[in-house]
Amino acid sequence: MPAKGWIEVSDLYCKGCELCISACPQEVMELDMSRLTPKGYHPAHTFKDGCTGCAICALVCPDAAITVYREVTKAVPAAG
Amino acid sequence: MAAPESLVYERPESFTETPTHYCPGCTHGVAHRLVAEVLEEMGVTNRTIGVAPVGCAVFAYNYFDTDFVEAPHGRAPAMATGVKRVLPDRVVFTYQGDGDLASIGMGEIVHAAARGENITVIFINNANFGMTGGQMAPTTLPGMKTTSSPNGRDVESQGYPIRMSEMISTLDGVGYCVRRSLHDPKNIRLAKKAIRTAFETQVRGLGFSMVELLSTCPTNWGMTPVNSLKFVEEHMIPAYPLGDYKVSEAIKQVKI
Repeated sequence: MPAKGWIEVSDLYCKGCELCISACPQEVMELDMSRLTPKGYHPAHTFKDGCTGCAICALVCPDAAITVYREVTKAVPAAG
Repeated sequence: MAAPESLVYERPESFTETPTHYCPGCTHGVAHRLVAEVLEEMGVTNRTIGVAPVGCAVFAYNYFDTDFVEAPHGRAPAMATGVKRVLPDRVVFTYQGDGDLASIGMGEIVHAAARGENITVIFINNANFGMTGGQMAPTTLPGMKTTSSPNGRDVESQGYPIRMSEMISTLDGVGYCVRRSLHDPKNIRLAKKAIRTAFETQVRGLGFSMVELLSTCPTNWGMTPVNSLKFVEEHMIPAYPLGDYKVSEAIKQVKI
């Protein structure tokens, strides 16, 4: 089962350039046409399930607007 | 019960909270982010001094949470030379566009490299003068339309594009000189590694280091951000081949 992840897009930084949308391997991102950011752009969001938390959207984002989380499926051994 | 979560990626702490003034989709932002991430990973943010150019990146000092100085047009390598010589324990980098570095600043960059100044140069090549409205730069491709070459760059009268990385790599003072692109996730990762190596070169005192990044200018190219990335892949990379133009023997031994 693929990893489950989710993203948060900051309205302060997102400029709706769509680079994350074309880069998303799962094709689960689009612009949210029902909302506007304070700058007047439609921000990106995930419109359906399927995000794996791969962080490629964050990698191509020119404005560092995306924070990526991933669900932990098994216990991570303590470091050290 | 909510599943435990882990943070995969967040905005680097080396960035301030100021939103950038760049056009949507401009890869200047990606280059800024890579530099910020590298400084954070190396733990040198609080002893870094950046030198901002004249060009679109003129406000870079607002975005990095490091010390910054602003240089006159093209003179960033000269100013970085002074800063580094006075404060040799600091990490000094310049962030310059092609209009700044390859045009008016050609003398400064060549002589800083020839002297082997121990600084790092991040060179953004987007084939035009972005800030002033997309005029022809020394790096504009033959036939490419800009606001000052409306019929396309005519090499008969306007000359040929300058390949900076190839030129700089011929100088003996240079330790590390590579060209990377920012058009897809793989190349962004490679670019980040190159920026890391360039800063490692400086920290180890191994000479002048420069990373040329092929970048986009969606507004002045008159394209969508996604099409701009395709333009980089299809037209800029054939004219400006990606690769390592100079990696000195000492840097090849460095493991990151």
